[in-house]
Amino acid sequence: MKFVDEYRDAELARGLGAQIAALAEPGRHYKVMEVCGGHTHTIYKHGIEAHLPESVELVHGPGCPVCVIPMGRVDDGIAIAKRPNVIFTCFGDMMRVPGGDGSLLEAKAEGADVRFVYSPLDALKIARENPDREVVFYAIGFETTAPSTALTLMRAKQEGLKNFSVMCNHVTIVPPLKALLESPDLRLDAFIGPGHVSTVVGCRPYEFIPRDYGQPVVVAGFEPLDLLQSIFMIMRQLSEGRAEVENQYGRVVFWEGNPRALDVLQEVFVLRPHFEWRGLGFISQSALSLSDAYADWDAELRYDVPGVRVADPKACQCGEVLKGVIKPWECKVFGTACTPETPIGTCMVSSEGACAAYYNFGRFAKPKARAGA
Amino acid sequence: MADLEEEVLARIERQRKLRPRFRDDRITMAHGAGGKATHTLVAGLFERAFANEALAELADAARLEIAGLNLAMTTDAFVVRPLRFPGGSIGELAVNGTVNDLSMAGARPVALTASFVLEEGLDADVLRAEAAAMAEAARAADVAVVAGDTKVVERGKADGMYISTSGLGVVDPRAQLSGRSIRPGDRVLCSGYVGDHGTAIMLARGDLDLDADVVSDTAPLWPLAKALLEAVAPALRVMRDPTRGGVATVLNELAADGDVGVVLEEDKVPVRSAVKGACEILGIDPMYVANEGKLLAIVAPDAADAALAALRSASGGEHAALVGEVAEQPAGMVLVRTGFGGTRIMDMLIGDPLPRIC
Repeated sequence: MKFVDEYRDAELARGLGAQIAALAEPGRHYKVMEVCGGHTHTIYKHGIEAHLPESVELVHGPGCPVCVIPMGRVDDGIAIAKRPNVIFTCFGDMMRVPGGDGSLLEAKAEGADVRFVYSPLDALKIARENPDREVVFYAIGFETTAPSTALTLMRAKQEGLKNFSVMCNHVTIVPPLKALLESPDLRLDAFIGPGHVSTVVGCRPYEFIPRDYGQPVVVAGFEPLDLLQSIFMIMRQLSEGRAEVENQYGRVVFWEGNPRALDVLQEVFVLRPHFEWRGLGFISQSALSLSDAYADWDAELRYDVPGVRVADPKACQCGEVLKGVIKPWECKVFGTACTPETPIGTCMVSSEGACAAYYNFGRFAKPKARAGA
Repeated sequence: MADLEEEVLARIERQRKLRPRFRDDRITMAHGAGGKATHTLVAGLFERAFANEALAELADAARLEIAGLNLAMTTDAFVVRPLRFPGGSIGELAVNGTVNDLSMAGARPVALTASFVLEEGLDADVLRAEAAAMAEAARAADVAVVAGDTKVVERGKADGMYISTSGLGVVDPRAQLSGRSIRPGDRVLCSGYVGDHGTAIMLARGDLDLDADVVSDTAPLWPLAKALLEAVAPALRVMRDPTRGGVATVLNELAADGDVGVVLEEDKVPVRSAVKGACEILGIDPMYVANEGKLLAIVAPDAADAALAALRSASGGEHAALVGEVAEQPAGMVLVRTGFGGTRIMDMLIGDPLPRIC
């Protein structure tokens, strides 16, 4: 397939793997976090770790947008979805995420009209086509998806579409990174910066990471060679004693981001004072809500949302797993209270989360170590 | 620390070996998607409730010995939307689906029954067209539709029509098929391009605003099954048609049945570029997409070339390929060697294949 196969060449990958291995100092162990869930997906799908030396470990970060939604917010969404006249719309993979009391998929089975859409604009279309129904879009994602929600709201306002609203769960990328970096027990050496988010926010927001914490950041694309090249760039920085923000994904990401998208975000959203992250707890100024100008389209104001707060069990140690302090099996609830069927923390929710992968594939979770023959 | 890891892993592995229990409060779409939830429902509820020897194989069709005759029997319900799609229709599927379940048991399909659940208000011409499509498919597969039933339900209750067919076949005396006979070293064959049917349906539903030239692969598989039996019967371990849940789910079932590992060479599985492209855009893996006219076969290593040649010379098997191999480890799992030079575990489908946000 053109423009895809070029980025999946096994020969080039072997070459990059060798260069990465050559840069690794003997005896040193490297922990590199890929922040973005899309990167985690690429790493699993293509088996990228097979090309990395044993001493380079990838740590899967908090950037899977569906996994970080706390149970209470899912329950709030379900409460809206169950209202009699509501058509509840969301992205496909959100439907499976369990709240404190079931998932949207289960709510659908109980009679709620829940539909998945590819774009918030599709939700708007459903609203236009069903003027006697109330259509709610459950918005999730980082700055990647927030502009499309913003654009949809601007259209709804222009058209005066009253039967449409948004339950906003958009989150921002920098605060959770800061929270991770602030923790005294962090064991990371560098970050693979999120590619899609950076098409919107640019590379500048990550400059505090090398400046204040002395760690390299390389913004990377989503094809397997993109990731290997970004790991190579990280290793080169580490071996040269540099810590900078570099952009591997220059074909899509501009240093200053996308100013129009940023303007749109400014107009439609305001920062929430704080927001709960599944597994990570409350992080201040880490999420968006609708600005006053769009209050009429805010589902949280329109409906009596219960505001459910389901505490992550105290024993959940997702934060420690994410920081690389402990391994999944060292968590007290791993495999007992917390399983892929009944996940507690963010690392177990997505099949690519560190804990879910480890639970499902066990000793084969890292194929390079044991099954590479 | 290694001891703790070992202990936790061993506990999880013990739990996974237990026969699943069906504990869900309600049926969700995931129970019908052919993956883990379906497996839990079938093994945890139906197999426990109806426990008997023929059922316990959980194969595509049950094998029965009646008065010295080796027969195969199966049933299948069809609930596809839209009723007609590029390359086929519900009627054609209803015949081929059941014919194929018999064929995978090594049985020559002989007779079918058909039940129709019709929605009040259905255009009679739609029904006429489906009856004609079924008749044509039955002729092509050389089976007779020998009995049937008709029910009508109120408007809004059946998406136009549902069809359920049951089939009876005569097991080929050369067929000694069982997932339990799979051995390390065996080879895995695939009879052609995978992912066509599911992709054609997704595109035909029209909610994706995507256009691609993909048509369903619905076709009877008996000619392919017969070709394999004739060429390599004693070395033919098992055949399966990867319908719901796709190649990934079938291989997982076979790995579990044989308590062996299946190693799939991703690059060798034939996938049309239009299907690859559509799946890439949607964030869906073609290995999980449904097929209605393909089979996977596992054969002993020294019969692999003959089996491949037999498939390729049969109608519908022109693009057959050797796609993988059976290994001792990881037992009960499917390992994929990616075109990128890596490996990963390919799990059963969990729930419906839902598009990813990122």
